[in-house]
Amino acid sequence: MLKDITLGQYFPGSSLVHKLDPRVKFILLFCFITALLMARHPLTYAGVLVYLVSAIAVSRVKPKALMKGLRPMLFIIIFTALLNMFYTPGEPLVSFWVFKISAEGIQRAVFMALRLLMLISATFMLTYTTSPIALSDALARLLSPLAKLRVPVHEFAMMMTIALRFIPTIIEETDKIMSAQKARGADFETGNLFRRAKALIPLLVPLFVSAFRRADDLAVAMECRCYRGGEGRTRLKQLHMTGKDTLTLLGSLLLLSGVTVLGRLGWFLP
Amino acid sequence: MLEARQITYIYGAGTPFEIKALDGADFSVSAGEFAGVIGHTGSGKSTLIQHLNGLLKPHGGQVLLEGRDIWDKGNKMRNVRFAVGLVFQYPEYQLFEETVEKDIAFGPKAMGLSEIEISERTAEAMELVGLDKSIAAKSPFDLSGGQKRRAAIAGVIAMRPKVLVLDEPTAGLDPSGRREIMSLLSAYRKQSGAAVVLVTHSMEDIARAADSLTVLSRSKTVARGSLNEVFHNRETLTQIGLDVPAVTRVLLRLRSLGLDVDTEAYTLEDAIESLSRLRAGNHPVAAETTSPPVGGTPPQEENKRGLTFNSPLGRGGRESDGVVSC
Repeated sequence: MLKDITLGQYFPGSSLVHKLDPRVKFILLFCFITALLMARHPLTYAGVLVYLVSAIAVSRVKPKALMKGLRPMLFIIIFTALLNMFYTPGEPLVSFWVFKISAEGIQRAVFMALRLLMLISATFMLTYTTSPIALSDALARLLSPLAKLRVPVHEFAMMMTIALRFIPTIIEETDKIMSAQKARGADFETGNLFRRAKALIPLLVPLFVSAFRRADDLAVAMECRCYRGGEGRTRLKQLHMTGKDTLTLLGSLLLLSGVTVLGRLGWFLP
Repeated sequence: MLEARQITYIYGAGTPFEIKALDGADFSVSAGEFAGVIGHTGSGKSTLIQHLNGLLKPHGGQVLLEGRDIWDKGNKMRNVRFAVGLVFQYPEYQLFEETVEKDIAFGPKAMGLSEIEISERTAEAMELVGLDKSIAAKSPFDLSGGQKRRAAIAGVIAMRPKVLVLDEPTAGLDPSGRREIMSLLSAYRKQSGAAVVLVTHSMEDIARAADSLTVLSRSKTVARGSLNEVFHNRETLTQIGLDVPAVTRVLLRLRSLGLDVDTEAYTLEDAIESLSRLRAGNHPVAAETTSPPVGGTPPQEENKRGLTFNSPLGRGGRESDGVVSC
């Protein structure tokens, strides 16, 4: 059913990766992606891959869960790999009809697929090991310097937190209304596109009505708690960098930049 | 008529969030019967009733409608849904049409009935739930809370289900709203001869309306049978934090004090009758029993009026503050 959707889903745990400061995780993801995109030499790919695999191993996120998240992207990955394989110029190894496959093409296809796979897995690692609230909190803190430029960072962060908080609620509500209308004989599964779109009305109208009702209730509840926006607002859970966080951050940065530099040098070296 | 056998259901099967909502639960209702289902929050009541019309597919066990497994191949699930009408908790949140009439007609329309039949059924359902014809053309969102609820129930009744299942239809209503809903259920059952399944927290509602009772606790059926059968086994109920209706508790207490009252009374009216029989019989121990005026007073209030009696144990007293500890 709808509940089975993994949409940036969080798997609670108590590993080192779970406990890491979410800001550190954000920065590391950013650096990881940079290193990944700059990688040209197999050495860099190997280094980055080892880094990701060990992070997955430490986090104890089940590879099965990761695979489940990757599945919808598989088509794009394969498609990109094939395009790269056929359209990379070079000495053709095999050729048939208009297609020519070169060694360079195969190499590039493999790297491209690997790059995409790692990119998506790394992003999933962040959302799987960090609760949505911690994520938006970290993002707000990282972006807080922008507040000086009159960017409403707090408002954005609050909107994101509320949106994330209500995704499961709305999904549950959708499920409930769907069941209720099915019990009255509504049919969401058969018919052509037009009929199916029309069949959604009994679902969407109550869903919107209840979403607006919820928004109203939430606004009242927030005002009752004297919410006045971000100014002077303190936090219940302060984010603190611990020794472990700093160590992980420095170690990872060293490793990632190391393999990148080595890879770049390796490119020029024979 | 409708039977659920050994139903097992797990939410989120195969994820780290698995919850076993039902673990071998049984339930049955025969034609024309009024069956109650009671249990605490999280006992699996709502999950159970979603199996009755095939909204959930059991991971174990089977659901039989008129002797036939509803998950049999070749069985049309939509026909099961029309035969077993399910009214969810807070059904008013499912209203969506422009007018009350159109909303009630949604189910019959899905059944593919003729226009005449649809309008006939809509009118009938509105009358049954006590909605005035004048609001048929109103938007359902302009109705009051109680009216919305009744309109939503009418939407299911209009399909003329053989079994009408309701999940906490009185939740969040005031006493008069509750009474209206309960009496409309009895009226619907009398008029249509359909079976009614009522899921509730309220022992009093069950005692007033139901013929049989199924008690759920921690995903299992712990007691099942007629009201007498279930209420006689009071330990089972108290073990899971439920109890017999408040009036019955009063009678049981009276009996433990030495009054020879009939404790098989579960509503206020029955209790009054049982007590006045005692007085008419001029039983030696029943010196005086003042019965409250017969009427629709809620059960919680009955002993505020003071049931005065003198017991042979010399503990003549007045249970006056509405709290009877048994």
